[in-house]
Amino acid sequence: MSTIAAGKRPRNLSAAPWFTSLVTVVLLLAMLGIGGAAYPGFLSLQVAFNLLIDNAFLLVIAIGMGFVILSGGIDLSVGAVLALSTMITAWLLQTAHWHPAAAVLAVLVLGALFGGAMGLIIHLFKLQPFIVTLAGMFLARGLCYLISIESITIDQPFFVAVSQTQIPFLGGFLSPGAVIALVVLLLAVWLAHFTAFGRGVYAVGGNEQSAAMMGLNVGRIKVGVYALSGLCAALGGVLFAFYMLSGYGLHGQGIELDAIAAVVIGGTLLTGGYGYVAGALSGVLVLGAIQTLIAFDGTLSSWWTKIVIGALLFVFCVVQRLMGGRR
Amino acid sequence: MNARVDPALAKSATPAASLRTVLLQHPLLRPAAALLVLLALDAILVPGFFRLEIKDGHLYGALIDILNRAAPLMLAALGMTLVIATRGIDISVGAVVALAGTVAAMLIGGTMVMNNGAPEYVANTPMGTALAAALGVALLCGLWNGVLVAGIKLQPIVATLILMVAGRGLAQLFTDGQIVTVYYTPYFFLGSGYLFGLPFSLYVVAAVFAVTLLLMKKTALGLFIQAIGINPVAARLAGLRTATLIVFVYVFCSACAGLAGLLITSNIKSADANNAGLLLELDAILAVTLGGTSLAGGKFSLAGSMIGALIIQTLTYTIYSLGVPPEVNMVVKAVVVFVVCISQSSEFRQLLRKTSA
Repeated sequence: MSTIAAGKRPRNLSAAPWFTSLVTVVLLLAMLGIGGAAYPGFLSLQVAFNLLIDNAFLLVIAIGMGFVILSGGIDLSVGAVLALSTMITAWLLQTAHWHPAAAVLAVLVLGALFGGAMGLIIHLFKLQPFIVTLAGMFLARGLCYLISIESITIDQPFFVAVSQTQIPFLGGFLSPGAVIALVVLLLAVWLAHFTAFGRGVYAVGGNEQSAAMMGLNVGRIKVGVYALSGLCAALGGVLFAFYMLSGYGLHGQGIELDAIAAVVIGGTLLTGGYGYVAGALSGVLVLGAIQTLIAFDGTLSSWWTKIVIGALLFVFCVVQRLMGGRR
Repeated sequence: MNARVDPALAKSATPAASLRTVLLQHPLLRPAAALLVLLALDAILVPGFFRLEIKDGHLYGALIDILNRAAPLMLAALGMTLVIATRGIDISVGAVVALAGTVAAMLIGGTMVMNNGAPEYVANTPMGTALAAALGVALLCGLWNGVLVAGIKLQPIVATLILMVAGRGLAQLFTDGQIVTVYYTPYFFLGSGYLFGLPFSLYVVAAVFAVTLLLMKKTALGLFIQAIGINPVAARLAGLRTATLIVFVYVFCSACAGLAGLLITSNIKSADANNAGLLLELDAILAVTLGGTSLAGGKFSLAGSMIGALIIQTLTYTIYSLGVPPEVNMVVKAVVVFVVCISQSSEFRQLLRKTSA
């Protein structure tokens, strides 16, 4: 970088990867502040916890998506894999009468295998992630309907118990799903920043060719990333099943776009190799805060959510371009 | 291009076999073959598939039905081809379909007027104005996408993601979340009328296809677009106004999507901001890929995209007419995409050659 000394500090400050993530956090605080000023009862701890409880599955999916995007790819199949996971879970519990632990384990393994298979196809045949995961999306949604066209209600005692459990925390309460999502977030941060795999993901996302020349096993990293995303989507499906107590082929439509939006708002660049996995949390919370604000207002219709999310995406992308965007 | 000389290729390049090689190497061969296989399957499995009848001066039959239903997808695929050729992608097509359809339906609507004792519906706004307004909205959408991609230099998928999310929300805002029904009869001609025995929508598609083909083949525009896709920086350094060209392809894509929106609303006589054109962008991208255009940009084939759109629609028709539950459609579509994409990849061909050698 040939910046002159005087201009160096401010420019580097805004160009640092954490800067865009910081903007998101500031925005989130501002939104909560505006909400608190406008609507009494908004600024309670439980409202903040509810953001987590209602978006636990989205957070888990956005974490998986974060890894895929950091590696320079994209995964459009996550919403469909979520639906398929709710469907398989419901079927295994209700029709096959499996033990809940076995059913959850089976679903997680299937999700990872599904993602891994897509990663393998992307790597082996040098195909575009966009088109392969699009086909994966069709496949997973179609498989849902092969199991059942109707929604399957889950009344398995363990699942019902989990969905009703409230874990007391700091004077409020969290759901088991939210706790699982937070644990996944911690694991993801560890995986991204403290393991060889995480560094490999950043390297592949930065420049795949250089990574290969450096001797990294690009194929293994790519397959691993998609398998991880599949696993996260399946786990998101299990959390969704806890939350909704049903399996349905129409669950989670458009979740993949919410997840991509959350990752982008969280400060990760879609070109790969730039951003933080933890940004998914702030991105998901911003999306959740918008919905909560609109719900608190009560006079605004649901489509305002879409318009505001679109506007926010726009603002974020432009801010990223103008302030941090090296690319 | 592939630098390695393929021994099999070099051998067959004798003058006598050259015509056959040209045919076998033609990029349209695979998509066309896929379509023919599907049609052959239909001919065997669906009785009377190729039968065409004339009823009330209109041509009826499965083939006409497929063409008519594929019309919006073919339009969207045409626009998408050019965007993909510049290394871009436009995932806001479905939202633009919803927006344009909603605007047209709201402006035309239809008010009942008693004319000599017979009820008659009159358009709220002259149809020409309404259609122009709807297409104008589509052009604005395209301009927005184009400026974001070429001006602010956002990645195409993010830039169009913004409109994809917000566009449908805007359309719902216009209609207050309701389905807008159109009562004005002349508007229905666009999507379900017949001209010289054929559905009118086919003429719309044919006209757009012909104009695009002329623009691409008879002017330098096609070459310019291809140059941007192959290497954007080199194209700019060579003196091309890449930014203007990129804005053009996005505007063109949205215009095609807007036209598709008009066909859809006219065909179903109403505009549903929530569901109109849902996932159409994905089908359009699929059609372009099936037609042999690489998502990496560069060389493109308009005719290939049309064939791709027809493959998708024929597949849907086949599945419906075989009595398979429509939900299975998605699984079959996924398998077809996997097979076509993998068979088109050069890695797969090398693998085949290795195993056969």
